[in-house]
Amino acid sequence: MQKFINNPSRVVEEMLEAYVIAHADLVSNTENERVIKYKNAPIKGKVGIVTGGGSGHKPAFIGYVGRNMVDAVACGELFSSPPAQMFYDAVKAADGGKGIAILYGNYAGDNMNVAMAMEELEDEGIEVKKVVANDDVPSAPKGEEARRRGVAGEILMWKVGGAKAAMGASLDEVIAAAQKAINNTRSMGVGLAPCTLPEVGHPNFTIPEGKMEIGIGHHGEPGIEVVNLEPAAKVAQRMCDVIIPDLPFEAGDEAVVLISGLGSTPVMELYILFNDVQRILKEKGIKIHVSYIGNYFTSLEMAGATLTLMKLDEELKACIDYECDSVGMRQFQRV
Amino acid sequence: MQTFTNNAGSAIVDQLILTIQENKQYLSDIDGLIGDGDHGINMNKGFTMCREELDKNPGDLAHGLKTLSKILMMKIGGSMGPLYGKFFKAIALSLEGKEEIGINEMGEALKAAVDAIASISPAKVGDKTLIDTLIPALAAYEKAQTEGKSFTEALEAMKIAAIEGRDSTKDMVAKLGRASRLGERSRGVLDAGATSCCLILETIADEAGQLIK
Repeated sequence: MQKFINNPSRVVEEMLEAYVIAHADLVSNTENERVIKYKNAPIKGKVGIVTGGGSGHKPAFIGYVGRNMVDAVACGELFSSPPAQMFYDAVKAADGGKGIAILYGNYAGDNMNVAMAMEELEDEGIEVKKVVANDDVPSAPKGEEARRRGVAGEILMWKVGGAKAAMGASLDEVIAAAQKAINNTRSMGVGLAPCTLPEVGHPNFTIPEGKMEIGIGHHGEPGIEVVNLEPAAKVAQRMCDVIIPDLPFEAGDEAVVLISGLGSTPVMELYILFNDVQRILKEKGIKIHVSYIGNYFTSLEMAGATLTLMKLDEELKACIDYECDSVGMRQFQRV
Repeated sequence: MQTFTNNAGSAIVDQLILTIQENKQYLSDIDGLIGDGDHGINMNKGFTMCREELDKNPGDLAHGLKTLSKILMMKIGGSMGPLYGKFFKAIALSLEGKEEIGINEMGEALKAAVDAIASISPAKVGDKTLIDTLIPALAAYEKAQTEGKSFTEALEAMKIAAIEGRDSTKDMVAKLGRASRLGERSRGVLDAGATSCCLILETIADEAGQLIK
């Protein structure tokens, strides 16, 4: 195991300790050591944006805590949902009195823990609503979208929800915008090599040399098939062939493109993939409004990439263009 | 009529905590084969926190299980925290305020616990989860109940069915949870959740069996 670690069971704690020191200009601790908040949160009169999930996806989820983005985040163990208490404490840390939107991904543990936190919060009269991201197309067939997992599309959901809240929208408006964002978003991953949880010490699945796993999940969940490794142009084509017809994205649409590495894939290769993605979109008459290329949502040192497309309308576009400041995403007001 | 008191039932909680503590490594080892190897660690963490809390604030069976459920739900994440949290909370709520616990009270409590899990988990029999232990165990208990068997006999029937249920997961392919990524590779190994669930039901059956007068 080639890793910079001290104690395998304390990797999340050590990372969080360091994170709040390194980014003290943006974030701060809370009473719960696993809950990190935007330093100015809670912001009075603004809908609070909360997310959370297992750790190991840097910069997600913590990296999207900041100004006009996520107000507080619950950081679970590696690849393991935070307990209800953490979601509860994150909501408290983000509560500016105008309601809180919990925007997270569709995983069994997260669903259960968020549901229990919400029960407690509602008992206390705190207004809290949720949107569950389900952008990972290969994780369930069309018609069963509710079973799909949330992957990198979550970032666009946070961007939209965060901007909408910052514009002064009500909780219902924030929830509606975040829901629309994820409804308009489709993603797909391709894996080239597995990752190792430090406490386990060995990769808990394998992808043979010269093969790639189509539709792999963010924790190594099995994809659709394992096939021979192909040139980037063919991989891009495969991803577009799954994502584009699923929404569908059509000629005349405007879209956001997000290509994220899964951890150990060089960013150069993400651009090589992008080159083919943009060509395919162009051929189909789909206009790219903005592209994000880099390590936006990783899975420890897994090799591979996810492609995410979001179809824009005027509201979503205004939210994407809105100013924000976080470690994972910085945006000057786009004019 | 065979019963035991809610007060005496606190011994069941004490034994549940001991059982999980003693089996911490065993559960993690099973989980490590197809999961991430932290099942025993997390369960032990939750049950041990419950021990500390009950030492400060002891009570009857319902109180003990309520304390346990609160800790599992609020402090232990992943999927097991909420699942077992809901499980023990339902038993606690069902038994709360009852002085004597007999075959019917326990039956209602177990049914409520299974319903509570079903309310938050889509798992079905055959998915290689704790449901594979739970559903046949409850069915065996209820069958004994309908056949007019004694409380002791119903608990024994539940225990045997729980063990069979646990063992049935060995030849299953995981459909939910972390192990599901392994597909066929998950075959041949017991499910960690089904195993801990079996330990819990066995402990309840054994301890209640000893308390029954």
